[in-house]
Amino acid sequence: MDIRSQIAMVFHLDKCIGCHTCSIACKNIWTDRKGAEYMWWNNVETKPGTGYPTKWEDQKIYKGGWVKNGDKLELRVAGKPTGLTRLYHNPDMPVMDDYYEPWTYDYDHLFEAPAGSDQPTARTISLVTGEPIDVKGGPNWDDDLSGTPDYGRNDINLRNVGAEDQEAMFQLERMTMHYLPRMCNHCLNPACVAACPSGAVYKRGEDGVVLISQEKCRAWRLCVTACPYKKSYYNWSSGKSEKCLLCYPRLETGQAPACMHSCVGRIRYLGVLLYDADKIKEFASCPENELIDRQLDIYLNPFSEKVIRDAKKNGIADSTIEAAQKSPVYKFVKEWKIALPLHAEFRTMPSLFYVPPMLPVMGKMENGVYESTTTNLWGKIEESRLPLQYLANLFSAGNQDKIKEVLKKLMTVRYHRRQVTVNDIEGSLLDAAFESTGLTPDVADAIYRLTSLVKYDERFVIPAAHREEAIEMIESTDDRKGNTGFGEKKGTRRVF
Amino acid sequence: MIDSFLLIGLPYAAIFIFLIGSILRYKYYGYSVTSHSSQFLESDKLFWGSRLFHSGIVVLLLGHIIGFLIPKSIIVITLTPLWMMIIEVTAFAFGLLTLAGIVLLIKRRIQVKRLHLVTSKMDLVVYFIILTQVITGLLVAYFHRWGISWYASSLVPYLRSLLIFMPDQAVIVSMPWLIKIHTISAFVFIGLIPFTRLMHFLVYPLAYLWRNYLLVIWNRDQKAMRTSKNTREGVKPVNN
Repeated sequence: MDIRSQIAMVFHLDKCIGCHTCSIACKNIWTDRKGAEYMWWNNVETKPGTGYPTKWEDQKIYKGGWVKNGDKLELRVAGKPTGLTRLYHNPDMPVMDDYYEPWTYDYDHLFEAPAGSDQPTARTISLVTGEPIDVKGGPNWDDDLSGTPDYGRNDINLRNVGAEDQEAMFQLERMTMHYLPRMCNHCLNPACVAACPSGAVYKRGEDGVVLISQEKCRAWRLCVTACPYKKSYYNWSSGKSEKCLLCYPRLETGQAPACMHSCVGRIRYLGVLLYDADKIKEFASCPENELIDRQLDIYLNPFSEKVIRDAKKNGIADSTIEAAQKSPVYKFVKEWKIALPLHAEFRTMPSLFYVPPMLPVMGKMENGVYESTTTNLWGKIEESRLPLQYLANLFSAGNQDKIKEVLKKLMTVRYHRRQVTVNDIEGSLLDAAFESTGLTPDVADAIYRLTSLVKYDERFVIPAAHREEAIEMIESTDDRKGNTGFGEKKGTRRVF
Repeated sequence: MIDSFLLIGLPYAAIFIFLIGSILRYKYYGYSVTSHSSQFLESDKLFWGSRLFHSGIVVLLLGHIIGFLIPKSIIVITLTPLWMMIIEVTAFAFGLLTLAGIVLLIKRRIQVKRLHLVTSKMDLVVYFIILTQVITGLLVAYFHRWGISWYASSLVPYLRSLLIFMPDQAVIVSMPWLIKIHTISAFVFIGLIPFTRLMHFLVYPLAYLWRNYLLVIWNRDQKAMRTSKNTREGVKPVNN
């Protein structure tokens, strides 16, 4: 057993209001630079929709992630030795137009335009070339447009949703949508790391953050192709690839990453998960319908004495183990099992989990017609407006039962809380819900509490970075200790 | 005098600059060592340009190096006219591929406006010197046939004489001017490597073939830190 600690995240989609505050917080800190204008390390998509870059989930186009080839797990195109043949030109690399051409406005013109009979305008100009351009798309161009043919209908997750269901989905009365905030998943089995020929992309051992060494990056660009989430970006100006670094300078000082700290809906949770690194290869290459279960298996119970002993043996600090015990992510993912990874079928074992959206829960389908005036307050999960298969394609590798299980639990929590606060739920209904989901009133209250009430310190349980030892990340302190002093770092030993 | 400068002084200067320059650039300006790919800004035209150019130039470069390393075997092989013919034609064909590639690349650089932003002055110098090199190479191959043979028998001894610090320019001085230009510009090319994006071929990531897919880097040895025995080990962790 090789126990390591991983900073993991949970996004509660029912709470996301799609305000893009996370994206802006990230943009202001990290990607407001030349060559990085088009990058959105964090972005928010509307589902159903095509996302950013357009249709990123369609690996027939972008060829990212791992595939199972017999018993072996291989990168779709970027691996050994294929990757090396693609350095001169990589036909599967997304180009700027797959994202969008960033732009600004010619504000100067408003001040400098000569006096005339017309009001001067600020034209859109490209942030790349500086020339006037006609804007054709942007990173959130599909915002709230889930009903439209260009965005909603082109969603790749509709591929195995029945034609009838799809038709019904796009009826005006039934149309629905939810938001999907996305960022780097800091995967346990990262494809970007595996694809980088220079070894510039790496996983930090201490907390599992996936980083790109800017010193070592040689612009071979294979990480961009390999990441199935398209969360590794190429900076066209510096000639280096960049990605989300989970605000590690903030993490190391005990602060939540900017996107999480700024989240208006407080949908984001961050905490430690302990996992067994020996199992990564085996679990990542299991059959597709087992992927979710196997991934849950890799995370270890931080309360188990054996796990604690092994973790200490592996050098994991006591403070990290304590953080793992308090981790909200552990509760959502492993204890309550109500958070699922996005597109587990990419086999990267993402460390970002989503509590799937329940909305709209009110109303239900009756004889193929959406009934919103029902006397019964909540419909059944199976009769919801959004076909379950669609959500299953997003969050459970196509397995409807998995997503149904989660939604039923979420529903039970709502029944329970409704009963506590309004007291108008039939007792038999509530009992049946508790029985079928295996929840208890206490657990339901705990889920409710963590979902709705907790403050900063409980949403973000960040392990101490041990600043007192942090200098050892850069140099050995003994170099200084045994030396001449006076601010000089020179040995006292004779050279000649 | 001018011959001595161009055929002895310049080569030594170029090689010296190349060796010291590349090491210093890598060590102190390692950040700047990148292929500076422009595929993100324009991909379709790059496909033909880059693929043709690179496959051509790699073969040509290897050919020159092999001739330099094992001239005697080359001479023996080229005694058979058929082999001589095959090698000569192949080399010429790859020369044409390289030329087509570099012409397409230059055309692309000029035509696509976005690329002007990522084109430095040194990039233009690189284009110029590579174009010179490829064109003179093709002309030499055309006008002074059977270069495979005379390169191994006459030019390699000159190059080797440089290597063993007993420069002997006698052979090359009497050679046609076209060959001299090709040789001199080759040394200029070598000397320019540390100052241009040409650095990227020195960091070709062959090591990828035998490294693990997953790469985990520990900033410190966690296990050692828990014991008091290791307080004075004084070994710096290998950092990224």
